[in-house]
Amino acid sequence: MLVDWAQISEALWETIIMVTFSLLFAVVIGLPLGILLVVTRKGHLWENKYVFTVLNSVVNIFRSIPFIILMVAVIPFTRLVVGTSIGTAAAIVPMVLFSGPYIARLIENSLLEVDPGVMEAAQAMGATPRQIITRFLIPEALSSLMLGITIATIGLIGASAMAGAVGGGGLGDLAITFGYQRFDTMVMLITVGILVIMVQGLQSTGNILSKKIRRR
Amino acid sequence: MITFKNVTKVYQGKSQDVKALDDVNLHIEEGEIHGVIGFSGAGKSSLIRCANLLERPTSGKVTVNNQDLLRLSPKELREAKRDIGMVFQHFNLLNSKTVFTNIAMPLLLTNTPKDKVKKRVNELLNFVGLSDKADNYPDQLSGGQKQRVGIARSLATQPSVLLCDEATSALDPETTKSILELLKKINREYNITILIITHEMGVIREICDKVTVLDSGKVVESGSVFDVFSQPETKIAHNFVSSVMHDEIPDSVYQLLQKQEDRHQIYRIVFIGESAGAPLLSQIAKNYNVEVNVLFGNITELQGTPFGNLVVKFEGEDKEINRVIMHIHQQKVTIKEVLADVS
Ligand SMILES: Nc1ncnc2c1ncn2[C@@H]1O[C@H](COP(=O)(O)OP(=O)(O)OP(=O)(O)O)[C@@H](O)[C@H]1O
Ligand SMILES: [Mg+2]
Repeated sequence: MLVDWAQISEALWETIIMVTFSLLFAVVIGLPLGILLVVTRKGHLWENKYVFTVLNSVVNIFRSIPFIILMVAVIPFTRLVVGTSIGTAAAIVPMVLFSGPYIARLIENSLLEVDPGVMEAAQAMGATPRQIITRFLIPEALSSLMLGITIATIGLIGASAMAGAVGGGGLGDLAITFGYQRFDTMVMLITVGILVIMVQGLQSTGNILSKKIRRR
Repeated sequence: MITFKNVTKVYQGKSQDVKALDDVNLHIEEGEIHGVIGFSGAGKSSLIRCANLLERPTSGKVTVNNQDLLRLSPKELREAKRDIGMVFQHFNLLNSKTVFTNIAMPLLLTNTPKDKVKKRVNELLNFVGLSDKADNYPDQLSGGQKQRVGIARSLATQPSVLLCDEATSALDPETTKSILELLKKINREYNITILIITHEMGVIREICDKVTVLDSGKVVESGSVFDVFSQPETKIAHNFVSSVMHDEIPDSVYQLLQKQEDRHQIYRIVFIGESAGAPLLSQIAKNYNVEVNVLFGNITELQGTPFGNLVVKFEGEDKEINRVIMHIHQQKVTIKEVLADVS
């Protein structure tokens, strides 16, 4: 059985594009959201019950929708944003909506882990709320944030496989079309192998980065 | 320097409110080291946190350096805080930053020029004896070293007041001693007023000029360390003093005394200053017809002054013993108090 390597490398490229861009936008949305989820809670820097309750509910709603359903449900929105509802670019929209709130939660958790004493010291030395966030909370949480982002990236790889359903392409799509629909076991095994290597590589890189950051 | 006026702090609880500070009035003079002692939950942390508004009093007034903190705008308050250093029990250092950056932090917040930061931090590293640790991370330091970093950081902006909340409570006795020495040095060399919170009377004895005893959010006793140690007025103050002065009669001696019937013949004599106890007792033995029997005694030092404590038994006729007591009372300079009956 012949293996079409060009096809595989194209699928790999599509996966990389989808994951990278989704991650980028998801972090852009998730980071401020995660920070707000921390600082608006009771007793924190910008305590605000309404903002917190609203954001918290929105994140919960998005987090409770399975990706495959989210993808279909946001098709009109996707069309509005990228002009089409099929293709790699179109897959990125639901992936961002899926991953952004997830990243917000991960960031919230990392920030909450920071020793409250550090914030107290910051307040005692007269830091502004902004400085407390950027110079104390985030640097102290960065190592754990890195691990969170790694987990989110791996989650996005999984989501990108499903994105094949809207014609997003990518490795997952390839595995499904060849392996499941055409019984081409070889291609399926190869794509799965690549996915495993990617996830492994990402996790180790994330771990190493996280360790490095802890000391910098 | 620091004044608390009718300060009350109430924490709103779910089921009930907690009154952590109850109408506290306290004045701390410029240049003094003032200790606040009390049991757990007495409100010590609440008090010190009101001194830089980490906690806002529910009512009352807090003045630091002639500034009424509660009337300052957020910006003015941040400014004022740069004049009030704070040292924490658990150090509260940034684990992701080096010792150098940790100490530099208060300066970096105001965009101080790099060369100035470097100069000041190196000065401070030198002052706290950690010049060789500038590039280390907090988790590579011992507890005592971490606290030195915390202290150096609190001094970065050259404050006139230093607040220490249980600064030595996480440290072993040796390290505690060296940290206390460092605080003393700060007080002496920079003339920084220090407010120190502790539950250990040893800390008070070691470095404080004044002491305030806090109980259930109220000031129950306040005065010079010497006065409070030599003549505690309240039971709680007395207990704290006993914890370090060891002026309690040992159990073995106490049991011996219990067996004897003439317990009224036993007295506690407290000596202060130069006058040692021996001449007085030998005088009594020579000039009066009584037997002097020392049951227990010790002499310690309080702020450089000898401080003695004797429990003696006088044997003889009641009339003669009364004359002895009269005599002791007349030695006003040397004797602060004579307590009859140990039980
Ligand atoms: N943030 C808070 N919310 C509610 N109650 C509080 C809070 N902080 C302190 N309290 C309560 O106020 C009282 C005084 O607490 P505080 O921490 O001032 O005591 P402390 O003397 O420092 O005790 P410790 O020696 O244990 O540190 C306690 O009953 C405590 O439970
Ligand atoms: Mg406390």
